[in-house]
Amino acid sequence: MTEFMGYERPDGQVGIRNHLLVIAPIDCSYEPAKKIAEQVEGAVAVTQTYGCGNDSMLVHNLAGTALNPNVAGVLIVGLGCETLTGEILMDLIEPSGKPVYNITIQKEGGTLKTHEKGVRILQKMKQELAELQRETFPINKLTLAVECGGSDATSGLAANPAVGVAADKLIEEGGSVMFGETQEMSGTQQVLARRAVNKEVSDAIYEIIETQEARLKAMGVDSRWMSKGNIDGGLTTIEEKSLGAVRKGGTKPIQGVLFNDWERLDKPTKPGLYLMDGPGWDVPSVTHMVAAGAQIVCFTSGRGSTTGHAIAPVIKITGNPETYEMMMDNMDINAGTILDGSESLNSVGQRIYDMIRRTANGRQTKAEALGYKDYIVFKRSREAEHMLGHC
Amino acid sequence: MSKKAIQIDAKDNVATTTSIVEAGEKLEVLSPDGAVILETKPVEKIIFGHKIALKPLDTDEPIIKYGEIIGVASKPIKVGEWVHTHNVNSARLHTAGEEVRGITS
Repeated sequence: MTEFMGYERPDGQVGIRNHLLVIAPIDCSYEPAKKIAEQVEGAVAVTQTYGCGNDSMLVHNLAGTALNPNVAGVLIVGLGCETLTGEILMDLIEPSGKPVYNITIQKEGGTLKTHEKGVRILQKMKQELAELQRETFPINKLTLAVECGGSDATSGLAANPAVGVAADKLIEEGGSVMFGETQEMSGTQQVLARRAVNKEVSDAIYEIIETQEARLKAMGVDSRWMSKGNIDGGLTTIEEKSLGAVRKGGTKPIQGVLFNDWERLDKPTKPGLYLMDGPGWDVPSVTHMVAAGAQIVCFTSGRGSTTGHAIAPVIKITGNPETYEMMMDNMDINAGTILDGSESLNSVGQRIYDMIRRTANGRQTKAEALGYKDYIVFKRSREAEHMLGHC
Repeated sequence: MSKKAIQIDAKDNVATTTSIVEAGEKLEVLSPDGAVILETKPVEKIIFGHKIALKPLDTDEPIIKYGEIIGVASKPIKVGEWVHTHNVNSARLHTAGEEVRGITS
């Protein structure tokens, strides 16, 4: 059994980073929250950008981020009159046993007093955290999220299959893997449903993909057809196009669909591969998978990407050797060695798996070394879902 | 160095070229483990990212890539032959359609 070094949380989950999360539940308090986080090493501020409401999809995703084991302690900084109050988030975060504090700018008496109090709270948490040691855990405590962005013709040929090899290895050792972007799965209903562990999961796969096809159709987009560019690039059928994207999740049976809606934000309940019904846009997709418990991310990009995440290391892999040369500041792994035959697909997969373990142990990704903290919560439109009959 | 094509999954009956291959040029097909499983000389030019057949395929036989069925042969296909929309249909629906707006990845 492969092992890694992580931090055990009071709820038994294992983190691979020790972030202090500063949540602005409303954008009104995001600037002060950022200023507070900037003053304490390891602290990071996040918010949502859908205005003043307590929409449960926002609540689930913000609370889910706080509950991720990469977060050691939480400070909520509100304005004071927002609908999504700190108390709503506190109630969801406190049962985890991790320290969580809640302050508001209107009650503290303006931003400077809030800064002072906020920084004091973070410093105190930071001092106690400094005592925490990494301990050895089996790799089955890891949940990996896989994502792609800026794809090119090498993505389905090299980077996605190589990440799939690593995903399969993690699942063979008892870990969990999730992949999202339902709209990329168009045309693969039958293929993915065949891999479902039971009828309930199979039905859920059909449901989420067909619902997403209906959403796109309502916007005048038929996602089941392919562009001339796709066909010129060598993609013969819609199944092939979609399978190239989903192959980054590997080949294992699908244990479940993680619903991410107003009712709930599901998390994996046992080892294996999960499909998240999430946004078809890379940064929010990663944000939602991390909110569902993924501690680490593998992100493939043919064209190159700078993406990191507020609390989870993002390992970036390209199948395009030219992109690796051009974007060496950003891309962690060159899977383009598969193309000239200098390295096999399985060997690159093993290299990615080793990098997952080393990154879990504390090795920084290029996005971490650059200080990139991407974080975007996505919310569906209730009105549009209602009109489509899905809400 | 000879040109390469990659079999992505051991179950696949097609491989994908990693560069442009001219007619008659030597092409090595590599397994996921990197072993040479086929040496062939395509009878027609095959551009980067397109597929060649690793096995003789009859009409209606499934085309397997990524270990999954990506379509069915619409006519018999020989080993080393180019595999694309001219000899494959989607198992789900026909591929040719209007250009898609918004979804390009």
